[in-house]
Amino acid sequence: MTEQLKPADPVLHLDRVSRTHGHGAAEVHALRAVDLRVHPGELVAVMGPSGSGKSTLLTLAGGLDSPTDGRVIVEGTVLGDLDRKKLAAVRRRSVGYVFQDYNLIPALTAAENIALPRELDGTSARAARREALAALEELNIGELADRFPDDMSGGQQQRVAIARALIGDRRLVLADEPTGALDSTTGESVLAVLRARCDAGAAAMMVTHEARHAAWADRVVFLRDGLLVDETARQDAGSLLVTAATNARKDGDR
Amino acid sequence: MSIRHGLLALLDQGPRYGYQLRTEFEARTGATWPLNVGQVYTTLGRLERDGLVEAAGEDDEGHQFYAVTDEGRVELRRWFDTPVPRTNPPRDELAIKLAMAVAIPGVDVAAVVHGQRRHSMQALQDYTRLKGRALAADTGSGGDLAWLLVLEQLIFQTEAEIRWLDHCESRLAQHAERTATAEPSEPAAAPPARRAVKSRDRGRT
Repeated sequence: MTEQLKPADPVLHLDRVSRTHGHGAAEVHALRAVDLRVHPGELVAVMGPSGSGKSTLLTLAGGLDSPTDGRVIVEGTVLGDLDRKKLAAVRRRSVGYVFQDYNLIPALTAAENIALPRELDGTSARAARREALAALEELNIGELADRFPDDMSGGQQQRVAIARALIGDRRLVLADEPTGALDSTTGESVLAVLRARCDAGAAAMMVTHEARHAAWADRVVFLRDGLLVDETARQDAGSLLVTAATNARKDGDR
Repeated sequence: MSIRHGLLALLDQGPRYGYQLRTEFEARTGATWPLNVGQVYTTLGRLERDGLVEAAGEDDEGHQFYAVTDEGRVELRRWFDTPVPRTNPPRDELAIKLAMAVAIPGVDVAAVVHGQRRHSMQALQDYTRLKGRALAADTGSGGDLAWLLVLEQLIFQTEAEIRWLDHCESRLAQHAERTATAEPSEPAAAPPARRAVKSRDRGRT
């Protein structure tokens, strides 16, 4: 199903998006006419040195900021055309956002934090809690459900923030350094969850400075001084190691 | 990479014949370093000459079996107990290429770095995809673990290369800035080759 949609309908389309801060001599071009599409089933990693515009790209895609030029289109809706109320609804329903500093509400438990956007959207408290618990399970942190953010480690808070971004049927997941506070095997399991979400049809864009994490993506784009300078696609065939892996599998089967 | 010790390690688990050794070596390492049967027999010949393995009869199909000797076991233990030497780094083509590129006028070093990073990133994506599959297929057998460890070695090595390339890029930019600010004080002093490098770097930014 998602395969058919792939060429035609990106979940996220940044249509020649520019973002400028300040005026005159103090003008800073954070992004310059960036064109980017993220399709269903696709995980895109954004890399680049600090100050290259990575985070700006993500906040624009999530409707947290507006472009000075160009359009941000999420599931066919131009975000700039929406009033604040409708924009908030799109953000809650379609977009899951993992912030670098997690943004968990300290007065709410992990499960309540995760359930909140669903409840705001009219899901019953009980159903929202059920979904929250499922999201926690998916990240192997079911035991954190009734803990408060202050009683969790940075890595645990980060995984709760990711669970919150994945809850419900979010079609677009945006993540800013989602593995920042995690050790290498936990970080990897988070990426595996994100990868699985995309394989199941979601679209995701993540900002990372770690090549090893970006490598989980289908595409890696590089930003420099607000410009998209390069892009790598996942190679689909012909690699020596691909044959090697199948050989190994066959030998393992004997 | 030591085929010699690899074969000793396999023979330590019981007598085997040449083709079998090749298959098992590749299964453990995901055929990352393919062996041909010729290499296996040459190595077996040397191991036998050195007294580390001995012929252990033939089966009905005429396969020549080899077994590890006591001396071979001692050698294998010594291998596991000794770190792999890192004090004599193997030649690295990319490091040599960049070292040459910065000294030769007319070579766009930034483009070399950029093109390499793109290529290495793609390789990293490939390895990671294989790793994702290996993790999904992991049945808990030792063979899966061995293959995963080899793959992750490739992943970490490629990651290190990409980080180094990023660093090269900022190093080059820093160098270009420094030479650009230093230039007015010594306009005629710089030899032509160095000026060529500078103007190219300025053109890039």
